[in-house]
Amino acid sequence: MSRKFLILLATAVFVLAACSKGGTKPDGSEGAEGDAAGGDYSSQSGLETGTVGQGTEYVEAGMEPGDEALIAETVIYFDFDTARIRTEYSEVLAAHARRLGVKSGLSVRLEGHADERGSREYNIGLGESRAQAVRQALMLQGVSATQITTVSYGEERPAVSGGTEEAWERNRRVEIIYSE
Amino acid sequence: MIDEELIKTMMKSVLLRLLGLVALIAVSQPGNAQLRIEISRGVSGAVPVAVVPFAYDGRGQPPLDVANLISDDLLRSGRFAPMGRDDMISRPTAAQDVNFTDWRLLKTDYVVIGRVVEDGLDRYLLQFQVFDVFRGNQVLGYQFKATAGNMRAVGHRAADLIFEKLTGIPGAFSTRVAYVSVVRDQEDVYRLIVADADGANPVIIAESGKPIMSPAWSPDGRRIAYVSFEDNHSAVYVQELATGSRKQVSASPGINGAPSFSPDGRWLALTLSSVDGNLDVHVLNPATGQKRRLTRNPAIDTEPAWSIDGKHIYFTSDRSGGPQIYRIPVEGSSSAQRVTFEGRYNARPRISPDGKTLAVVHNDRGNYRIAIIDLDRKTTQVLSDGSQDESPSFAPNGSMLIYATGSGGRGVLAAVSTDGRVKQSIGAAAGDVREPAWSPYPAD
Repeated sequence: MSRKFLILLATAVFVLAACSKGGTKPDGSEGAEGDAAGGDYSSQSGLETGTVGQGTEYVEAGMEPGDEALIAETVIYFDFDTARIRTEYSEVLAAHARRLGVKSGLSVRLEGHADERGSREYNIGLGESRAQAVRQALMLQGVSATQITTVSYGEERPAVSGGTEEAWERNRRVEIIYSE
Repeated sequence: MIDEELIKTMMKSVLLRLLGLVALIAVSQPGNAQLRIEISRGVSGAVPVAVVPFAYDGRGQPPLDVANLISDDLLRSGRFAPMGRDDMISRPTAAQDVNFTDWRLLKTDYVVIGRVVEDGLDRYLLQFQVFDVFRGNQVLGYQFKATAGNMRAVGHRAADLIFEKLTGIPGAFSTRVAYVSVVRDQEDVYRLIVADADGANPVIIAESGKPIMSPAWSPDGRRIAYVSFEDNHSAVYVQELATGSRKQVSASPGINGAPSFSPDGRWLALTLSSVDGNLDVHVLNPATGQKRRLTRNPAIDTEPAWSIDGKHIYFTSDRSGGPQIYRIPVEGSSSAQRVTFEGRYNARPRISPDGKTLAVVHNDRGNYRIAIIDLDRKTTQVLSDGSQDESPSFAPNGSMLIYATGSGGRGVLAAVSTDGRVKQSIGAAAGDVREPAWSPYPAD
């Protein structure tokens, strides 16, 4: 099977997972329940007491509750020698896709990286495959190709230096960088 | 009881530490990435040779201790054991003064003598002779014109000739090495440096806060192609060493990487990617901009290297799953043929000057090491013993490979003879050094 097909397959599986979970909050409760968390206006005791209701989370049109927290996560980590996106990142990438969908003036730069093992130019290829896997995932959720650029630094810009398994894990990554 | 010996030892230790501190200050200057080459493994039975201090016939001081330079070159090759000057009974500078009986007693096989003669304003003659002590005759005599400025280069050239006469292998002391130095501080500094093969005269030819990688020499040794991310994306540049003038030759959307000059110097093979990230090997004429795609495969195709006759390109591809070496004709439409089958990881091919072997990065039981593959017999021989060895580059005489490795958590260089008998460790004073590229012989 070709690499490209594998990437597409992995991306498709990942998108399905993301869709099935759409609207689910990080704690697993259904989004609709969130509305009940606010205070009931009729039960307020009135202006004289100066008390204010709890309020509800304000969510921009097109965004989901909890997206802000998910969007704060801007680094996607990968397993050794693969560009397959782990399912744990489905919600994070779905949130990024919604943000880019809402704000069409925003763009992202996806920086792909590899760990230090193996040859340098081949690792540029690996970093690019990872950036492309994230790009495909975002585009399959409606993000416009014009909003995304990719670059691969291979092993040239490690997040953590050192030849340990822990360092390698931190270095196999795609960084999502926003710009206006 | 006060032990005098102990005090002496302590004082010595304090002194050594002070000296060490001075040395540390000296080497931690920014930009100090000079290489230091040491033999970590030499051949057993290295040939004993005496390089006698050369005479100087001129005003003032000689511009350089040429005999010392030649002696150091021979030592670093791992194939010679030069005699220390203090061990020499006599220091002849003319043929009639060489007493072979004395040199036989000192168990040296060859004696090198010579002189530097001032021959006008900044004009010198370097003359040298090599004698076979056992036979009692001259085996080599030569003279070069020189200036104070090129005396080092001329000395290395003399060492080349001596090495060739005594080993049958052309010397490569008068060549240069390009390498990338990285200093990580508050801000990263990437430098592309060109130095003499002995590490002397390091010159920074490019510097950036963003990665610089993949230096490649033109066949005439006058230009270097490399990749720079200085504009936040990769681009390939070609730089003239003599003038420093630089041209951006490829900045396509996506990847611009792994440049490699064709043997005639007119074409660059390089890796480009489409917008969907598919890496393929292309050839580009930097003068005209003419460009042709060579590989058409959805896998990663990269790290091109030309065959000696310029008719094929070897490259890395993971079309079979993991990276392996393939070969494709430059002309015509024939498909690529797989070249490597031993092991699950073979990448970054470099062809030997005689065209018979490929040097690659090879996964050897979990370690990334430098291996050479005999193209006829299809055998793989692992030459290095590190865990993250990469970027092999042949000396132009084919006798040594320089490569990048790690030592004490730092990136350093090393060299190994292609027969595996000689090993050099090559450290830099500061930061990481990597991606060494051995120059071709200088054009005459």
